[in-house]
Amino acid sequence: MSTSLLMFLGFVAVTLIITYWAARRSQGATAYFAANRQITGWQNGLAVAGDYMSAASFLGIAGLIAFNGYDGFLYSVGFLVAYLTVLLIVAEPLRNAGKYTMADVLAYRLSPRPVRSMASLSTLTVSTFYMIAQMVGAGALVSLLIPGVGFNTAVVGVGILMIVYVVFGGMLATTWVQIIKAILLMAGTLLLSILVLAHFGFSFGNFFDAITHVTYHDKSGALIPKNFLQPGHYYFGPNKPYGVIDLISLCMALVFGTAGLPHILVRFYTVPDAKTARKSVVWAMFLIGAFYIMTTFLGFGAATIVGRDFIANNGGTNMSAPLLAQALGGNIFFAFISSIAFATILAVVAGLTISASTSFAHDFWTNVIHRGTERKPGEEVKVARVTACVVGVISILIAILLGQSINVAFLVGLAFAVAASANLPVIIFSLFWKRFNTKGAVIGLATGLASSIILILLSPSIMTVDLPGVAARHLIQHAPIFPLENPGIVSIPLGFLGAFVGTLLGREPEAEARFAELTVRANTGLGAEK
Amino acid sequence: MEQDNMPEDDRISDPTPIVGAATDVSPLGRDAVKPAHELTAAEDSDLVDWNRVAASSGFKALVKAKRKFIIPATIFFIIYFFALPVLVGYAPELMNRKVIGSVNIAYLFALSQFFMAWIVALLYVRAASRHDRMAREIVDELDEPRGGK
Repeated sequence: MSTSLLMFLGFVAVTLIITYWAARRSQGATAYFAANRQITGWQNGLAVAGDYMSAASFLGIAGLIAFNGYDGFLYSVGFLVAYLTVLLIVAEPLRNAGKYTMADVLAYRLSPRPVRSMASLSTLTVSTFYMIAQMVGAGALVSLLIPGVGFNTAVVGVGILMIVYVVFGGMLATTWVQIIKAILLMAGTLLLSILVLAHFGFSFGNFFDAITHVTYHDKSGALIPKNFLQPGHYYFGPNKPYGVIDLISLCMALVFGTAGLPHILVRFYTVPDAKTARKSVVWAMFLIGAFYIMTTFLGFGAATIVGRDFIANNGGTNMSAPLLAQALGGNIFFAFISSIAFATILAVVAGLTISASTSFAHDFWTNVIHRGTERKPGEEVKVARVTACVVGVISILIAILLGQSINVAFLVGLAFAVAASANLPVIIFSLFWKRFNTKGAVIGLATGLASSIILILLSPSIMTVDLPGVAARHLIQHAPIFPLENPGIVSIPLGFLGAFVGTLLGREPEAEARFAELTVRANTGLGAEK
Repeated sequence: MEQDNMPEDDRISDPTPIVGAATDVSPLGRDAVKPAHELTAAEDSDLVDWNRVAASSGFKALVKAKRKFIIPATIFFIIYFFALPVLVGYAPELMNRKVIGSVNIAYLFALSQFFMAWIVALLYVRAASRHDRMAREIVDELDEPRGGK
């Protein structure tokens, strides 16, 4: 057995023990959906950070920086600054006025059934797309790292584990899996960064000098030197006429999307009150910020020490961080970093599964189909458990169907775009605009959801003619109709516009009458769920 | 327990006949909090008069204080953040200028975003602890007529 497999099994064993412990403690809906609201500030900070630092961050951004230099680092910046939106606008009112999901806040003064149906649809869309991206990533990684385990086996294994965590352990187990993974990830990243600095004799001067002289072979085979600290290797250039707009669009999706990601939002219901929710965001910001600053060392380290040519021939962009670990610390360290990458993926898919199943059970099953009452006690939790299984199985099937050859990075982009264009406008309007009503919420959610999905379908991520001789990596072999990779700059304003125009279409006196109640609750915490 | 789950409409239509005096008021001479079973229907309605709270000067001051921090802070961080892609895109010469050794303005500006976010977050926590105190005063005032919990 390889070392990485052993380490990974160790992590799985620990998390299964936690799941067993959590399952024995979880009684009732609040325990299952919100860990009894007993998670403390620093614990939730770690869990939020864990939910957020997905494989896309650890492996993806390290790879983006290793291949595109500075442009990849812009993701790191956007991912952190996004938390200011969460901290200043969303976290506390949500905790004060909601119960388990984002839709609780929307349904507070609006007509619950249409609003919850749409909110649940958008939550499931975001979670499913995000999850498929993670699963495909997991499958590809495992088959590269552990010889003998194929792509399909890896996907099924990850899928089954995540179902076990969520079905048996609920939010409590998912939170602790997240916390352990976050600690491991921070430790691994710190160690790797120190090794990178040690490689340059602990001299920042030498390190940054090396970054300005990165060399690699381009497609024609010529050796080219590049200054990787210079912006624009990815976004600007003669064949990218919309590069700057695309970059701004990406930044918009990141900064406004995070505050609409359902798996992040549900975390604020696991703490006792709004003050703890606030504290946990600040904890998360310091952890996430420290992590993303260290991507400087991971990404540029891989570019300078390992080299773009070597990475491209040994698994591609996503392998940058593990290959850097191998170059600096040998096979044991390679195994350690690889198993952290698995742990990361596993924890994130569990977080996504529980937010998706909570939304289906609480928003759709109990509140839309059964008009807000459980027919018998415990039904909501039972439905959530079944949903978790269904969501897990569907993601496994789609991931296997898509296979590892398809480029799935756009799915994460899509998740952020939907969250920013559909969820955030209606959350903000329902908290701050008295006149906002049901029509506005439904039309806003629908416009945001539809416009971001349609624009991605027409974008270069899906519509591109692949060069002859290269395996087809794009779903539609046609010149792109929409020129940007990130739809945010168009779809986010559309989401706000839809919610605004929808609201103006009619008046809803009941919704306006309950605005005072929502404002008082959101701002004072009076009557907040304990 | 069963009572709590009943829809509000059922509670409003209290079957107790309305009489001229509040007969089930606790006996004179007891100034302690009434036990739950002695509360009159009106006292037990457990509804905060949300409109009254929303209109109170304390609450208005709280909302104003929050807005006074949150709106400028949000505008500031959005401008500061979007200045990065805009400058990187439209002023590449400026951003490529080297400042310390081979480190250019573009990297330092990106790095400064992290510290900007942390500082705004810490300033918010400081302001929010004032907001917490104001909110607690509002909640305490509400509880007083009913003698607290």
